[in-house]
Amino acid sequence: MLLIACPWCGPRPEMEFRHAGEAHLARPADPAAVSDAAWAAYLYERSNPRGEHAERWRHLHGCGRFFNARRHTLTDRISATYKPGEAP
Amino acid sequence: MRLPSGGRIDRSKPLRFTFDGRAFTGFAGDTLASALLANGVHLLGRSFKYHRPRGLLSAGAEEPNALVEIDRGPGRREPNTRATMVPLVEGLTARSQNRFPSLRFDLAALASLAAPLLPAGFYYKTFLGPGREAWHRRWEPLIRRMAGLGRAPEAPDPDRYAHRFAHCETLVIGAGRAGIAAALEAAEAGDRVILCDEQMEPGGRLLLSPGEVPGLAALRGNLRVTLLPRTTAFHYGLQNFVSLAEILDRPDGLRERLWQVRTARVVLATGALERPLPFRGNDRPGVMLADAARAYAARWAVLPGRQAVLLAAHDSGYEAAFALQDRGARIAAILDLRAAPPLAAAARARGIEVRAAHGIAATRGGLRVTGVLAAPLRPDGSPDAARATPIPCDLVLMAGGWTPNLALFSQARGRLRWDEAADAFLPGEVAEALTCAGACAAGRGPGHPIAAIAAGALTARRAFVDPQNDVTTRDIALAVQEGFRSIEHVKRYTTTGMATDQGKVGGMLGLATAAAASGRTVPETGHTTFRPPYTPLSFGTLAGRHRGPLFDPIRTAPSHGWAEAHGAVFEPVGQWQRARAYPRAGEALHAAVARECLAVRQKAGLLDASTLGKIEIVGPDAAEFLERCYVNAVHSLRPGRCRYALLLREDGFLFDDGVLARLAEDRFHLTTTTGGAARVLHLLEDYAQTEFPALRVFLTSTTEHWGVAALQGPAAREMLAPLVRGCELAALPHMTVAEAEVMGIPARLFRVSFTGELGYEINLPADRLPELWEALIAAGATPYGTDAMHVLRAEKGYVIVGQETDGTVTPLDLGLGWVIGKAKRDFIGKRSLARAEMQRPDRRQLVGLAPLEGRAPEEGAQLLARPGAREAEGHVTSAYASAALGRPIALGLLARGRARHGETVLATRLDGPPQPLQIVPPVFWDPEGKRLHG
Ligand SMILES: [Zn+2]
Repeated sequence: MLLIACPWCGPRPEMEFRHAGEAHLARPADPAAVSDAAWAAYLYERSNPRGEHAERWRHLHGCGRFFNARRHTLTDRISATYKPGEAP
Repeated sequence: MRLPSGGRIDRSKPLRFTFDGRAFTGFAGDTLASALLANGVHLLGRSFKYHRPRGLLSAGAEEPNALVEIDRGPGRREPNTRATMVPLVEGLTARSQNRFPSLRFDLAALASLAAPLLPAGFYYKTFLGPGREAWHRRWEPLIRRMAGLGRAPEAPDPDRYAHRFAHCETLVIGAGRAGIAAALEAAEAGDRVILCDEQMEPGGRLLLSPGEVPGLAALRGNLRVTLLPRTTAFHYGLQNFVSLAEILDRPDGLRERLWQVRTARVVLATGALERPLPFRGNDRPGVMLADAARAYAARWAVLPGRQAVLLAAHDSGYEAAFALQDRGARIAAILDLRAAPPLAAAARARGIEVRAAHGIAATRGGLRVTGVLAAPLRPDGSPDAARATPIPCDLVLMAGGWTPNLALFSQARGRLRWDEAADAFLPGEVAEALTCAGACAAGRGPGHPIAAIAAGALTARRAFVDPQNDVTTRDIALAVQEGFRSIEHVKRYTTTGMATDQGKVGGMLGLATAAAASGRTVPETGHTTFRPPYTPLSFGTLAGRHRGPLFDPIRTAPSHGWAEAHGAVFEPVGQWQRARAYPRAGEALHAAVARECLAVRQKAGLLDASTLGKIEIVGPDAAEFLERCYVNAVHSLRPGRCRYALLLREDGFLFDDGVLARLAEDRFHLTTTTGGAARVLHLLEDYAQTEFPALRVFLTSTTEHWGVAALQGPAAREMLAPLVRGCELAALPHMTVAEAEVMGIPARLFRVSFTGELGYEINLPADRLPELWEALIAAGATPYGTDAMHVLRAEKGYVIVGQETDGTVTPLDLGLGWVIGKAKRDFIGKRSLARAEMQRPDRRQLVGLAPLEGRAPEEGAQLLARPGAREAEGHVTSAYASAALGRPIALGLLARGRARHGETVLATRLDGPPQPLQIVPPVFWDPEGKRLHG
């Protein structure tokens, strides 16, 4: 079980959190102006890297806040957690 | 044979026990293994595949052979228990396994004469190709009878199991010399320390010496130290999260405890495991690891034999032989694989014959060893049977050298590096805050190289590498010969190191054999992955208290107590228990549902709708937030009005539905489906926090706060009106909300309907709902359950998310396009609805289905255009007997369904040929909606 540092609450066990997919995928400001292909990419294409991965977590059974984390997909090591809108 | 003195047993406390029905006596401090040996019982089990007779190989957790069944009464029969790890208690009942009809005479053991029939890869070879037929006809029935380990208990386990979380600065695993030292040092530095050890008495190899284990008293007296005997660290998780299984066997029924420990540092002091040696018949009862024999003599005052032969590849064997000699055993000979054994002179000085560069060509004996054939080694390291001489003995000691016990280190994703000088894999890099101490860090010194040992046994017959899985050196050589190169493949093909062994006994020898057979070195061959659990674990420990009613939380609606008292039948809806129906005495369920439906249509019914999810949405930007999320036009919704609301995912498919009520400019009351409450709030929070953080809006779950009584039917208004103050019910049109007092309790009064009748959903603080419930029943309302609710809504063509939808259905497919705000620039999923695929006319659309014969179709039935059609055009989503209409009705999703009203389709049936259904509009009851607005 990972130990995850919520940017608001500090380190807490993984069971308090819910994973929420890849981070930094901005919803297009005007979806109607986006092509079908670009919209499909926004919906379905994910990076799935072998290595450092920016992803979202939510401290569901804690403060309830979403935040970002940088996790290495091979070692599961989380090198940083940071609030939405912040840099890692 | 029990020695007259010595050992760490309490001779003043004799204990009676039975093994296979025979009565024996041991002492407090014995294990089942030591007590059986003391009584001269050497045959303890039959092997897994060949049913070969087997005895004790070891004295510890790595024991592969002595797996027994411990029977402590109904529900407490435990198979595959290692006799070496079972403390003797009064009345212990143990049985051997894998024997038929008896341990001493086993019919299936004839298979061991036919061992060449079951070579490496036997299963694969028989499953595939021409052998497959024979597998089903001949082999499977035979092998099912013969193979397998133990039998599972049949009765539920009456014991209790506990879980505990713990935090410390230092966790020390293994309480031998190195572990005790590490724990003392950490405690002195101020750390909170947990020290666990798998044995019932901590001390490790310090227990080979008599008296108090040095350092233990200091640890026991230190409040910062938690000392856990009989506790196995079986899993090493990320960031030093280590799971321990503690066996308590407390008289109050607390059996085992799972510890989940988060620790700043781990010290692994897990020691080293002695390796067996490969030679023909090395699995016969009486062939034992040298250090284990020494432990039996020193710790339990048991001599495992009177006349021993030592086969040595390492000096530690000499220490064992000398210790046994000191306790009265005769050492018939020491055969040493090495040309110049360093301790030969010391042995000869004790009068022991030492033969250098010798091995064992074979063992003699039946159910116990009676002798060995000692043979000089050929240049290739194999024993020369032609020049062998017999030596009678009743005990053969194997000293094959030591393998650092790094299973947990490997689980911690540490790398093992081959150390040529130590002739062992030693700990390399590891990312966790973890150090190794003692023999697991450095081994116990080199002996005869493992590569040379393996090379000398490649051609031996029945030289077992992994006795538990009946894998021999020849099986491994055969796998290599057949082209398996990766050690992981060799492991799977031969099954070596599988099951409970996990490489503890046979791992090193197995990979050295594979290396020798393929002409590679041991480090070139590599090692297999160590997987958790380190030793077998009971399901009870993992489950803890999460059994029966505590398996999952149960949520109950406010009227639950009344419903129970009035004979309701319940169904689980997620974690909720909801009343399906309220059958009267002697009334069948379907009759009760029909009666409840008719009561709603003719007078008034009462449903506990408290399980609906409720979210309070507040803030100056609450309307703008909802406008961006839901498909509805929200800004135009006036306070006091409600709308049927739909929430999509970004892919355009329906996610949830509910009623959105505006209480004030900046305050909304939103309902969700019962099952969707948590995921809707999660999705809305996601958008509020991460997509629209500038909007000032707060979301609060009020599901548990509001109890909801749904009063539905033509008489609803006259029943409710006398209880209401502060609101004129007649002035409250369909899809409105008002705040009022109901029975003097502040309430939110919704005029909404999920039945098509005049209806109200009265929201009260949940703890006050039972008062209203009983008042409305007294006023003549008929309680109805979820079954009637389903029928009533289907009669009106109202969909249920999750029943009419499956994650691929859009609002347009359901004919709910009217819900979507036409002028809206954007909402979640809008862009996806504009994709061409979503507009295709041949998408599956919601239709009503009227059976042309008298019975309802089956929910989930496929819809076919004509008899014999190979491709379905849709499926039945709901089907019921409609009491109000006096006939069955159904809803379904059907390709181009809305354009096909009047046509006939066929619905498949499990119990016969497809049945014809007429395609009709999905609204069966009151299509004009007159009753709704009544
Ligand atoms: Zn938090």
